[in-house]
Amino acid sequence: MGEAAIAALEVEDIHKSFGALAVLKGISLTARQGDVIALLGASGSGKSTFLRCINLLELPDAGRIRVTGEEIRLVAKRGGGLVPADRRQVERARTRLGMVFQQFNLWSHMTVLENVIEAPIHVLGLPRREAVERAHALLAKVGIRDKRDHYPAQLSGGQQQRAAIARALAMEPAVLLFDEPTSALDPELVGEVLKVMRDLALEGRTMLVVTHEVGFAAEVASEVLFLHEGRIEEQGPPQQVLGGPRSDRLRRFLAGHTERARGLGRA
Amino acid sequence: MIDLALVLDNLPLYLRGTWTTLWLTFASLALGLVLAVPLGLARTSRNPLINGPVWAYTYFFRGTPLLVQLFMIYYGAAQFVWVRESVFWPLLSQAWFCALLAFTLNTAAYTAEIVRGAVQATPRGEIEAARALGMSRALVLRRIVLPSAFRRALPAYGNEMVFMLHGSAVASTVTIVDLTGAARIVNSRYYSPYEAFLTAAVFYLVLTFLIVGLVKLLERRWYAHLRPRPG
Repeated sequence: MGEAAIAALEVEDIHKSFGALAVLKGISLTARQGDVIALLGASGSGKSTFLRCINLLELPDAGRIRVTGEEIRLVAKRGGGLVPADRRQVERARTRLGMVFQQFNLWSHMTVLENVIEAPIHVLGLPRREAVERAHALLAKVGIRDKRDHYPAQLSGGQQQRAAIARALAMEPAVLLFDEPTSALDPELVGEVLKVMRDLALEGRTMLVVTHEVGFAAEVASEVLFLHEGRIEEQGPPQQVLGGPRSDRLRRFLAGHTERARGLGRA
Repeated sequence: MIDLALVLDNLPLYLRGTWTTLWLTFASLALGLVLAVPLGLARTSRNPLINGPVWAYTYFFRGTPLLVQLFMIYYGAAQFVWVRESVFWPLLSQAWFCALLAFTLNTAAYTAEIVRGAVQATPRGEIEAARALGMSRALVLRRIVLPSAFRRALPAYGNEMVFMLHGSAVASTVTIVDLTGAARIVNSRYYSPYEAFLTAAVFYLVLTFLIVGLVKLLERRWYAHLRPRPG
């Protein structure tokens, strides 16, 4: 990749506090086209908050965000913190940042197909026929085409999460943000979602994945970030970070996750 | 025994009364619903200038009897010279208009609180997902929050429709010949309260079942997402 290429996502020095509690103390990250970045860390390390700051579901107190080269204009708010200068710009940026949530968050009153075509039609202005065609292809890709007329409550967790991934893909986003996508799933359903995510990585999608699946990070990620108390503790290719952790904290974290990492993390 | 001939002789009166009950009830419900959606949304606002007045309004109309509200409008308004001289007097001097106004304001207050509860019960994650896909606030409201809230509100709103139907009987106290008014006329003519009011009760029962059936129909249409589905 040449130097002129625009990064899919650049995040600089994000700070965020909830009251007196500083959750993020200056986190930066650059995702080039095709990067798969895994964010690891204990609960409370700030990794989910960081992800939610990127598409401004949480407003950071300080920092800069550039999506496919376009900086999201944030202005200082009275009493501290940042607010978007232009809500429209944030909405446009979000269409380029597909988000997959831990709790799936499918719209329960809509069928799977309706969930997938909703935003392409009403946000992107895609003709309905085109949106339906796109949805069929995506549902086939994630393996739940036959469930398209079902409602979310009629599906297993794994199927719901795959539908949610299809919903995010339907916007053809530049970057996919995964917020602990398998943490709410029964263990036997984790594999089917990880498989879909692995396929997406192999396609060359740009992905940021907050996860506890060390094995997945080791196998699929191009870069691993280990967060601790709102800071990046270690960062680098998975072989380096997961294969030879420098800090005791990461060693302890990995020891706690060896079960899943065994056989995958020793590439 | 019941004097059936008496009932049959007065059937046209009961049917006219039923018609009056029906249009009063459904006109109030329709107007009340139109008012209730923005009012209910205002109740979800964190801004006290928006939330406060609506809270006071719903508190008053849910905290006082419908009969008292009707009397305040029908008898009370005429007490003030400026009301009698206003452009609204031709309307406010009419019993049917006072009833419609009282019923509408009453059902709008109850329905606004139903809407508020249903809107506030929208799963947070579903709203976040919509925002994360680039939807504007207005679009999230129109496509996600309200359709989902209307489904949650339906059982409670079905009850409100039945309450309004039964509550509309108070219209008979301000000279309106609704179903109850028809029964009162029959009773005063023949001194047979049993026939007179039992007949009205049967009519109310049928209307109630019609409303319940209508709500069931809507539920079947709207609650597909809650039904288990084989395969």
